Amino acid sequence: MKKNWPVVALGAALLVGLALPLATGASAPGFYVEVLLGGLMTGVLYSLVALGFALIFKASGVFNFAQGTMVLFAALAVARLAERMPLWAAILVAMAIMVALAWLIERLVLRPLVNQEGVTLLMATLGVTYFLDGFGQIVWGSDIYKIDLGIAKEPVMVLDKVFQGGILVNKEDFVSAIVAAVLVAGLVLFFQKTATGRALRAVADDHQAAQSIGIPLNRIWVIVWSVAGFVALVAGVIWGSQLGVQFSLSQVALKALPVVILGGFTSIAGAIVGGLIIGVGEKMAEVFLGPVLVKAFDLAGGGIENWFAYVLALLFLLVRPEGLFGEKYIDRV
Amino acid sequence: MFYRENGQFKSSYASDQQMLPILQDRVFMLGLLAFAFIAVPFLASDYLFLSILIPFLILTLAAIGLNLLVGYCGQISIGHAAFMAVGAYAAYNLVLRLPQLNFLVVLVLAGLIAAAAGILFGIPSLRIKGLYLAVATLAAQFFMDWLFARVKWFTGYSSSGSVSTATIEMLGWKIDTPARKYVFLLGVLVVFTLVAKNLVRSHIGRAWMAMRDMDVAAEIIGIRPVYAKLTAFAVSAFYVGVAGALWGFVYLGAWEPLAFNLSLSLNLLFMIIIGGMGSLLGSYFGAAFIVVLPIFLDQVPAMLGVPIPTALNSHLQSMIFGALIVFFLIVEPQGLARLWAIGKEKLRLWPFPH
Repeated sequence: MKKNWPVVALGAALLVGLALPLATGASAPGFYVEVLLGGLMTGVLYSLVALGFALIFKASGVFNFAQGTMVLFAALAVARLAERMPLWAAILVAMAIMVALAWLIERLVLRPLVNQEGVTLLMATLGVTYFLDGFGQIVWGSDIYKIDLGIAKEPVMVLDKVFQGGILVNKEDFVSAIVAAVLVAGLVLFFQKTATGRALRAVADDHQAAQSIGIPLNRIWVIVWSVAGFVALVAGVIWGSQLGVQFSLSQVALKALPVVILGGFTSIAGAIVGGLIIGVGEKMAEVFLGPVLVKAFDLAGGGIENWFAYVLALLFLLVRPEGLFGEKYIDRV
Repeated sequence: MFYRENGQFKSSYASDQQMLPILQDRVFMLGLLAFAFIAVPFLASDYLFLSILIPFLILTLAAIGLNLLVGYCGQISIGHAAFMAVGAYAAYNLVLRLPQLNFLVVLVLAGLIAAAAGILFGIPSLRIKGLYLAVATLAAQFFMDWLFARVKWFTGYSSSGSVSTATIEMLGWKIDTPARKYVFLLGVLVVFTLVAKNLVRSHIGRAWMAMRDMDVAAEIIGIRPVYAKLTAFAVSAFYVGVAGALWGFVYLGAWEPLAFNLSLSLNLLFMIIIGGMGSLLGSYFGAAFIVVLPIFLDQVPAMLGVPIPTALNSHLQSMIFGALIVFFLIVEPQGLARLWAIGKEKLRLWPFPH
């Protein structure tokens, strides 16, 4: 073991922070588990969006800033379409729209910018973000909409024999976390087992080599962006049903960025683990660290979860720039 | 077409290093400055000052700051409004707590405080670059948003979290009317543009550009990356901090906790992409564009008899911004400044292009 002590130290600090509320008796065990579960559920959604993000980055080298806006766009589409048709049809139509969008982005943005530097591509997705923000709200409207998944929202008491007072679990949260987890598993299978998935990974490893053995790059990009659109759609529907479909959704989804930083850009496992860490970490910070900070510094309220993920990723970047599972690169500057 | 530089020879080092080597350019620039300083204050209406010229001048200053970092040093930042916020709140607190300070001193101090914040958030740039840095600067954005919204000390314990400023007065000169604000801002901007122009021509600017073009090669020829990157962050944050202080004091007057949010950061980035990365002139173009477009969208359809509702206007605006960003990145990555240079070159040779 050499030179790993900063990572170890950061990990240890996080674990201690995690254990502190329990150890000091600041929270009842039941409440603690409740917060933990809540964090994990959010974390699964972060994982999902981060997965779409990591996929795009692997396959086309694009740092897709527009991911958050895609979530909002998809959620808006479902919410407005569902006013006119049953929910399942709305989701299907929205999916078709997301595929069309992927095709358009490939055609109009990525193809002319092929072989450009990463920063240029990042700025191009910034342009896509702007465009989709405006376009989505012109087409679908800019009020707050609701998506009703038809699942009861009242909390359910579970495990009341283990903990005193039991644990309150929101049924809808629970279902959506399971849906997201299934999707993540499905995507991983898709990438490991199918021919298309293999082609995607080949492109991710080496564009030129992949092209030279006959993998059509352009089609792969459309597929990858469609998958990202699909992921955005699922995340949008789930978040939309919990928070309401509104503009702030795109900022929530931006949290996928620190997640991939934490997990490592090029790793699927990293996206999943990173998502869970960030989900739990920020919930814990908000619930347990927040009140302490508010009291200590006389703040005007909590809201730590708005930046906790980013600052955590920033600290992590300083000690381990390639992320938890990323490939180590050596760059002597 | 209009003039030739024939017969103007450089016979000394000083004349070789002049900022504007051609006599006609110097005359034009002097004329432009005289027009902007003397004629405009009498000619322009209050509406023109308040909704176009004043925001244009401040945003230009901010865009120059961001351009020094992104365009010249090649370090991306999508959280620069955070440093505007630092500048604005620093100035607010300085004025609140040390009312006897001259406003110019306040401006410089606010800029220095923003520069310190810039160095702090620039430290990750020593280990990471490009895309990773983008996330690091996003961290700055969200953290500062939260800091100024939640920590009551910064807002002077105002109940709503919003702050308001008094009229600026320095050396017996009250900056209250739009025309006075304009002249004050123009003076600040001219000084800062001159400084920036000379910075990028000096060894610091060359070090930045070397880092941007190829960091490994730059280090080999003896440029210290730590020094180059952190000075770029510091100077950039200084400029943006001063712009933030001016934005708060001169343009807004009173502002809410989230006045310097992510979308302002993105707007700044948009200005330098459209205007031209690595070009001071481009910062002017970009800022002018972003100020004028909403007004254009508001006025022109109304004149044509089809007024656009405000909500649609703002959405249309962001669509146009987005489409233009992609368009410029594909067609002319160096932005409007490059188009301007091409036009000038064409005119210089016209009508005999060979």
